[in-house]
Amino acid sequence: MDMKRDWTLPGLTVGFALIAVVGTLVLPDWLMALTVNSFSRALAVLGLMVLWRCGLVSFGHALYYGLGAYVVALLGKDWGISEVLITLPAAALLSGLVGFGIGFIMRRYREIFFAMLSLAFSMVMYGILVKTEALGSTDGFSIEQPSFMGWTPEDATEKLHTIFLMLCFICWAVAALVHRYLQSTLGNLTRAIRDNEIRVEYLGISAQHAVHIKYVMSAALAGLGGAMLAISLGQVDPDSMVNWPVSGELVFVTILSGPGSVVAPFIGSVLFELIRTYAFEWVPGAWQLIVGATLLVIIFFLPGGVWSLISRAIGKREDL
Amino acid sequence: MNGLSGADAMKRGLFMSFANTLRAAGVATAAVIAAGATLSSPAWAKDTLTVAIPAFLSGPAAGPFGVPARNGAEMVIDAINSGSLPAPYNTIGFAGATLEAEFVDESGGNTKQVAEYRNLVQKRNVDLVIGYVSSGSCAALAPVVEELQTLTIFAVCGTPRIFEEAPRRYSFRTMSHATADAVAAAHYIKDMFPEIKTYTGVNQNYAWGQDSWRDFELSMTQLMPDSKASENLQFPKIFAGQYGSEISALSLDPSELVHSSFWDGDLEGFIFQATPRGLFQQKKVIFTVGGTAAYRLGKRLPDGLIIGARGPYGILVRDRETELNTWFINTYKDRYGTYPSGPAYQYGQGVLAAKIAYDKAAAAAGGFPTQDQVIDAFTGMEFESFSTTVKMANGAGHQAITENVYGISKWNDETAEAGVTDVKFYPAECVMPPEGASSVEWIEGGMKGAKC
Amino acid sequence: MDFATAITILIDGLVFSSYLFLVSVGLTIIFGVMKILNVAHGSFYAWGAYTSAYLIGIWSNSGLPDAGTFLMIAVAALLVGVVLGLFLERCLIQFMYGRDEVIIVLATFATFLILEDLILVVFGVDPYFAYQPMMVLGSTQIGGIMRDVYSLTLIGLAAVVGLILWVGLTKTKWGRLLTAVIHDREISVAMGIDVTKVFILTFVLGAVLGALGGAYVAPTVSVAPGFGIDVIVLSFAVVVIGGMGSIPGAIIGALIVGIARAIAVHKLPEVELFVVYGVMVAVLVFRPEGLFAPAKARKI
Repeated sequence: MDMKRDWTLPGLTVGFALIAVVGTLVLPDWLMALTVNSFSRALAVLGLMVLWRCGLVSFGHALYYGLGAYVVALLGKDWGISEVLITLPAAALLSGLVGFGIGFIMRRYREIFFAMLSLAFSMVMYGILVKTEALGSTDGFSIEQPSFMGWTPEDATEKLHTIFLMLCFICWAVAALVHRYLQSTLGNLTRAIRDNEIRVEYLGISAQHAVHIKYVMSAALAGLGGAMLAISLGQVDPDSMVNWPVSGELVFVTILSGPGSVVAPFIGSVLFELIRTYAFEWVPGAWQLIVGATLLVIIFFLPGGVWSLISRAIGKREDL
Repeated sequence: MNGLSGADAMKRGLFMSFANTLRAAGVATAAVIAAGATLSSPAWAKDTLTVAIPAFLSGPAAGPFGVPARNGAEMVIDAINSGSLPAPYNTIGFAGATLEAEFVDESGGNTKQVAEYRNLVQKRNVDLVIGYVSSGSCAALAPVVEELQTLTIFAVCGTPRIFEEAPRRYSFRTMSHATADAVAAAHYIKDMFPEIKTYTGVNQNYAWGQDSWRDFELSMTQLMPDSKASENLQFPKIFAGQYGSEISALSLDPSELVHSSFWDGDLEGFIFQATPRGLFQQKKVIFTVGGTAAYRLGKRLPDGLIIGARGPYGILVRDRETELNTWFINTYKDRYGTYPSGPAYQYGQGVLAAKIAYDKAAAAAGGFPTQDQVIDAFTGMEFESFSTTVKMANGAGHQAITENVYGISKWNDETAEAGVTDVKFYPAECVMPPEGASSVEWIEGGMKGAKC
Repeated sequence: MDFATAITILIDGLVFSSYLFLVSVGLTIIFGVMKILNVAHGSFYAWGAYTSAYLIGIWSNSGLPDAGTFLMIAVAALLVGVVLGLFLERCLIQFMYGRDEVIIVLATFATFLILEDLILVVFGVDPYFAYQPMMVLGSTQIGGIMRDVYSLTLIGLAAVVGLILWVGLTKTKWGRLLTAVIHDREISVAMGIDVTKVFILTFVLGAVLGALGGAYVAPTVSVAPGFGIDVIVLSFAVVVIGGMGSIPGAIIGALIVGIARAIAVHKLPEVELFVVYGVMVAVLVFRPEGLFAPAKARKI
C-alpha cells in the first residue's frame, strides 16, 4: 500500500475550481464546448476505469451512454421536462437500473467474454433505436433547450457557460465519490478480483457481487455522461451515441487515460478531443488513421496511459 | 450511492451562487464586447469570406453525392473568385469579397455533425456554411443554426420538416423539398401510365425514405384515386447494401409499379442486384433520385426506368441550352471529365444563391453588407440559376420552390451516352405546397391552389 | 402461405445464411483458437471486396473472357488474406500474446480504423462495380420469380467451405492439433505443439475466409467506403448466437438469422432490422454462452 499522503481529493477540488474560474474567464466558446464534450465523455470513462481496475473491459457501454442521452431527449420530447435537476438524475438512475438488470448476466463472465457480451447487449439497443420510427430511426431527434433550476438560458453562450460550470461541479463530485469508493474495502477489492478471485471469496466476499456493484456504477456514470453530452449538443442519434464504434471510443479513452487515478479520465478525454478535432481539421480524409495510430502507440509504449507520464513527473509510484 | 449529505447540499447551494456570480460576470463581459462590436460593425469591407462546404467525403454516399457536390461547389466558387460566371453574375466575389472554401466531411452521424458545425462556426470562424446532403443532417442542424446565428444554406437535403416545424431566420434551402419529388412523380405516372392500378415501394428506413413514400402514397391517392398501394412495403436500413430478399418480395408482390427514393450507393447496388432478376422487365420502377446513377452506371443502367433528379438538374436538363446551363455543363465536363449530375447543380445553385444575396445586399447597403442585411436580401428573392428559375417563396421566404421533372432512361447507342426520353416538366406551383401550408395537409386536402 | 412464397423465403434465407456463414466463420475460428475478437475482420472483408472488384475490372478491361473473373475472386481472397493476415499477425498480434485479451481487441480496433482510412487512400472514394461474374452466370426461374445464379452459388460456396473446414478439423492431424490448442493452450505447449505456428496459420486462415466473403460479395454490390463496418456487427451477432469459437455454431447461427430475416422481409417487413438483434438477445438471455459453445468453467 502507498503510505504517502493522498493528494487526490484536494487536487481535485483545487483543479476543478481553477478550471471553472479560469475557464469561464478565458476559454473561447469552441474550447469550452470541447471541454464540455470531453468531461461528459470522461464521466463514462471513469466508470469504465472502475471496471478496468478489476480486469474487466466493456465493449458495450455505449448502451448506457446512449440510454442516458435518449432519456434526456425523451423526457423533453414526450413529457416536456427539460429541467436538468430532473433529467440528469433520471438518466443516471435509469441507466443504473438497466445496468442492474443486465448485471445479473454480466457478472458471471470475465475477460473477453465479458467484453463480447456487453457489446452484444449494446447492439440490441442499437437495433431497437434504428428500427423505431417514433424515435427518429437513424436520424434521432433534437432535444429541447434545457432549463437549470427553472431558469432557461437566453443564448448559446449563456447556455454553454452554465453547462460548463455545472459540469465542473458534477465532475468534481463524481470523481471525489469514485475516489472514496476506490479507497474503501469494497473498492480496494478491484485489484484483488483481477489477481485472484478465489482469494477474494475466502475473505467471505462474493466476487460476483462486487463486480455487479461496479457494473451498476459504471452504467450509471455512462448514463450521466451521455445525458450531459446530449444536453450540450442538443441532438441524439443512434450512430453517434450507441453504435459499437462509440463503445470502442470510450474504451480507447480509458486506455489513453490510464487506470492510475480518477483524475486521468478527464485529462485523457480532453487530449482525445483535441487529437480528434485537429486530425479532422487538418487531414479530414484520414482522421481515423491518426486516431488508430495513437491508440496503437499508447498500447505499445504507454500501457499506463497519459497518467503514467504525469505520475512519473510528479514522482508518484505508478498505481497500477 | 448514498443520498446527498447536508454538507453536499450546502456545497451545491454555494456552487449555484458561485455559478450565478460568474454567470453575471460573464454576461456583463459579453454585453460589453457585444456593445463594442455593434458600435464598430457597420459594414467594413471584407477581402475574403470563409465558406464551409459540408458534403459526404467518405462513406457510401461520397462517390455518387459527395464528390459531384464538392466539384459543383468548387467550380462555381472558382468562377466567382475570377469573375468568370456568365452575365449577369460575372462580378468578382460575394459583394467583392473572394471566397475561401473549406470542404468538410458530412459522414459520421447527426450528433457528430452538430459538434462539427459548432467547431466550424466557433473555432474555425467560417462566415457562412453552404451544403449538407442528408435530411438527417439538416433536421439536426436547423435548431443549432438558429442558436449560433450563422448564415447556413442547405443545398440538397429533402425533408419538408425544416421550415414547416418552426420559423427560421439563419437557414435557407435553395431547392424544393421531398414533397415536390413525390407530387411530380405521381403526376408523371398519371400522365404516362394512367393504366397503373397497384404500386408498392422500397425506401430507406429514415426521415428521407419515410417522408418520400408517405408523400408519394398520398399524392397517388389524390391524383389516381383508383390505384392502390400494396400492404407489403420494404424499408431496409440505409447503407444495407444487399437487397436479395427485398427484391424477391417485390417480385412476388402483384403491384405493377415500384416507388423508390434510394440514393447513394444503395441505389446503384439495388439496380445491380435487381437487373439480372428481371425486376425491371416485370414492373415499372420509379427512382426519384435515379439521375445520379445515370452517368455513373452508363450502359448498365437498364432502359425504361422512370428517373428524377430531385428537380431540374443533371441528366434531365442536359438539353436545356440556356447560356448559364451550357456554361455549367461545358465547364464541368472540361474540368472533371463527366457530365454534372444533380448534386453538382444543387451545390452550385446554393453557392450562386449566396452570391446573389450578398451582391443584392451590398447594392442596397452601399457597402459590404452585414449578415442581417444579406439575410434580408436573401429572404423571398427570385433568381435565374444554372438550369432553372428559383423562387424563395415558401417558409417565409427561406424555402425555395422550383419546377420538377421526370423522364425515362434510354441508352443512346450513337453517342454512347446515357440519356432520357419522355421528359416532362411540372411547374413549381404545381408540385410544391403554397406558402404557409404543411405538405401533408396540402396533399391530403386535394392540393388546393396547385397550378399545373 | 402459398408454395411460391415458401420456396422464395427458403432460397432467400439460404442465400443470406450462406453469406453470413462465410463472413463469420473466419471470425469464429480466430476466436476459438486464439481467443481474439478480431475487429479488423471487417477490414479483411472490405479489402477483399475492393481487391476483388479492382482485379475483376482489370481482367475485364483487358479483353479476357468474363468467365475468368471468378479466378480473380479467388486470387483477391488469397492475396488479401495471406498478405494482410500475415502482416498483421507478424507485425502486431504476435507482440501481444500474453497481454490482456481485451487489449488485443483494442489493438485490432485501432488496426481497423487505420485500414479503413487506408482504403480511401488506395482506392479512393468512388464506389467500384464488378458486375461481370454475375452477368456470366445469368438468371433462372425458381418458384415463379427470376433468380441470379451467382447469388445461388453462394450456397454452394458456403457448403464447400463448411465441408473443408469440418474435414480439415476432424480428419487431419493438423485439425486435431488445432482442437488440442483450442481446448488447452498450456497443455498443448507442454506436449510439444508449436503454438506459434498454429496461431499464424489460424490467423491467416481466418483472414482468407474474411476476405473471401468480401471478394465473393463484391460483384453484387457497389463496393464503397464504410463497407466493413456493418459486417463486423453482423458476423459478431452470428458468432454470439451460435457460440463463440464454434464452427457448427456459426452454421446454425447463420441459418437461424438468415431464415428469420427472410421470413421477416416477406411477411413482416417492419421487424426486418430487429430480427438479427432480437434473436441475439433471446439467445443471450436464455443461453448467454451461445447455442453451441460448451459452458466454459471460469478459470481461476
